Amino acid sequence: MLAIKDFAVSFRTRRGEVQAVRGISLDLAEGETLGIVGESGSGKSVTSYALMRILDAGGRIKAGSAVFEGRDLAQAAERDMQGIRGREISMIFQNPRAALNPIRKVGHQLEDVLRRHGRATRANARAKAIEALEAVRIRDAEARYDAYPFELSGGMCQRIVFAIALACGPRLLIADEPTTGLDITTQKAVMDLVRDLTRERGMSSILITHDLGLAAEYCDRLAVMKDGQIVETGPAAQLFADPQHPYTQKLVDATPRPGAGLRDLLPIEARTPLPDHAPGDRALVQVRDLVKTYPGKSGPVHAVKGISFTIREGQSVGLVGESGCGKSTTSSMLVRLLDRTSGDILFEGHDIADITADRFVRDKRRSQIQMVFQDATDSLNPRHSARQTIADPILRMSDLRGPALSARIEELATLCGLPLPLLDRFPHQLSGGQKARVGIARAIALDPKFLILDEPTAALDVSIQAVVLNLLADLRARLGMTYLFVSHDLNVVRLLCDHVVVMQGGEIVEQGPAAQVMDTPSHPYTRTLLAAAPKPPTTRTGTAKTAAKSAAE
Amino acid sequence: MTEATEIPGRKPDGALAHLLHVLRENPVTMLSFGMFAFFLLQALFGALLVPHDPLATNAAMALQPPNWSHWFGTDSLGRDVFSRVVVATRLDLTISVLAVAISFVIGSVLGAVAGYWGGWIDAGLNRVLDTIMAFPLFVLAMGIVAALGNTIENIIYATALINIPFYARLVRAEVNIRREAGFALAARLSGNSHFRTLAFHIFPNALPPMMVQVSLNMGWAILNAAGLSFIGLGVRPPTPEWGIMVAEGANYIISGHWWVALFPGLWLMLAVFTFNLMGDGLRDIVDPRRRT
Repeated sequence: MLAIKDFAVSFRTRRGEVQAVRGISLDLAEGETLGIVGESGSGKSVTSYALMRILDAGGRIKAGSAVFEGRDLAQAAERDMQGIRGREISMIFQNPRAALNPIRKVGHQLEDVLRRHGRATRANARAKAIEALEAVRIRDAEARYDAYPFELSGGMCQRIVFAIALACGPRLLIADEPTTGLDITTQKAVMDLVRDLTRERGMSSILITHDLGLAAEYCDRLAVMKDGQIVETGPAAQLFADPQHPYTQKLVDATPRPGAGLRDLLPIEARTPLPDHAPGDRALVQVRDLVKTYPGKSGPVHAVKGISFTIREGQSVGLVGESGCGKSTTSSMLVRLLDRTSGDILFEGHDIADITADRFVRDKRRSQIQMVFQDATDSLNPRHSARQTIADPILRMSDLRGPALSARIEELATLCGLPLPLLDRFPHQLSGGQKARVGIARAIALDPKFLILDEPTAALDVSIQAVVLNLLADLRARLGMTYLFVSHDLNVVRLLCDHVVVMQGGEIVEQGPAAQVMDTPSHPYTRTLLAAAPKPPTTRTGTAKTAAKSAAE
Repeated sequence: MTEATEIPGRKPDGALAHLLHVLRENPVTMLSFGMFAFFLLQALFGALLVPHDPLATNAAMALQPPNWSHWFGTDSLGRDVFSRVVVATRLDLTISVLAVAISFVIGSVLGAVAGYWGGWIDAGLNRVLDTIMAFPLFVLAMGIVAALGNTIENIIYATALINIPFYARLVRAEVNIRREAGFALAARLSGNSHFRTLAFHIFPNALPPMMVQVSLNMGWAILNAAGLSFIGLGVRPPTPEWGIMVAEGANYIISGHWWVALFPGLWLMLAVFTFNLMGDGLRDIVDPRRRT
């Protein structure tokens, strides 16, 4: 149905021409779902943009052909492409909110597409639009027709984008990271819907994602991309069981999966034994009946509704939940950036909740409680070099100056695996993983006892996530730190944490030892979360390791 | 795509190399910086280099058209227009630079405080700024100079005051969107007080758009100062100043003595033009993201 041959795309930039896609060949059969998997910069998105001929300025198809039902998309005139886009090939994008016009009702946006492609008339547009909303299983479609995008959740917006994409009955759907940024249960709902509807209509689809586990679950066949080339294609189960290319092996290894330990995520040659990790008995942080209430327009909003838990010295506690469950509010209160409404936070037995966030800045315990932020890019000052960023807490809270300061910064960089020459770079000159390392180096600059990790790997590629998680485990052992790991990804929490706290709607619904919560969840919400996580097929190495491990235990 | 592929160890460009890069990249920026240097030289050394005393009158030589000894001709009192135009540069630039500097500093402080703390400070400040902007700004400046007295300092204060709202609003918006940014929170965790977080972490990030505003504003401030002098407020004759010279020359245009008004007007136009063109270049220079 779609035959891509020697397809190459290049971009003109300040530093000359950059080859984004270097001659790839792919075939897609009628009714097939193909997954294109790769890390950022692999050229997977550029490929899809080039197929739709919506490349940014400066980008052009350099060579090759992409024959879709007898027409070469690489050569087609813009006029022909307008007919093909939407009617024959549709695309859904990463951020559904950005894909919808924020000031128009979603029903009207759907009508526009239907009428533009002659699928509806003025008279029956509304009925057809509601029909299309019902097709993507939106409950109460009649009422949703009049909603604006901001009134809807991210998952709901993505369904509407999907409805628009399906409106004209395309033959091929290209989904570019359709669930990035969505909660794990929403991700499952959206992906199930995409799979069911494309199957029902006999459509072909291409799923572009960085998540090998997700692709494996929903695609018939996977193509692994790296540096603009396809390194391997094959059925998902086969790729996992017997990866041929070293890069595929690396990706498969790095994907967190049940049965794999932290070190199993790394390439074989980097698998040094994991340092011993035994939490102490003394409580470091005790949270008692913590409440946070925000004043809202329609009455107070209860973000956190009286939660209690204890973190022992040296322990790693996972705080798990979906967006809006109050986990970020909780971590902001613990790190003393936000004042609580009521309740106690005991740090080494002393209540620190009474000290306001403004006064805590000058408290001597400020350096003891630190945080690694979710978005490494956002958490680094664009005007400060890596060196200045790491130096900031040392300058503010210790007397280290001059050569001793430089030595300390270099020691921290080495500890976090940041090459020393990169210290003088600005954030925009660093890669995602390097920025994450700078953020970690800053947080541990003053040897904190308690480190809060707010989804530190959410924005990273899986192979970098694997390295950063292992770095965190090593640092924990070396510096004797206690972690609170905030995350929505249970597979990742399982790897790093001893104890798990599951939150829903501002309350703790379940807590206990990690293995117990993961393997025998008692609360239905925990079971839903676990069920929604993509389950990659078992791997050769992973299963062998697990068998060996359980035998040893 | 560009991530991690660069040669490790390559240091970022120094300030001078970066400046040269920005100039090379954009010919318009190059032109504007060249013209700025031209005006700067006139302001610094113009008084030493001009061929005639800008204040010396000579009734015998009144209203001569441009010739080899008087390049821009002479005015009704026989003074050399070229010398007067060049010498006036210092005064006009001083007024506009000082006025812009004052409004930059005051506007930045007010805007940053309002944007960071919000609440009633923000609401109060915004209403005051609205009040200033509700007046026709030139008329407000006229009123201030007329009330405070006809001196150069008062022109500077008046020009500064009417420009404060533009800076305050810009800084307020830029600070406000970064107040909850990760790096601002991280700065708090690093032990920075609110003041330090605002002054050393958030505010510098507002500089690139501020530079565009400064440059546009400089041109506007020159026009404003010249405009006040044109209508007889501020600088007094016989001090050479572009606005007064245009005003004096305007009477002679009808009688065919076009050079008396044209040349100071041309310099005024070129100066405004220069500052307007410089905006993008200044922004690129202060933006570290351009240093790739």
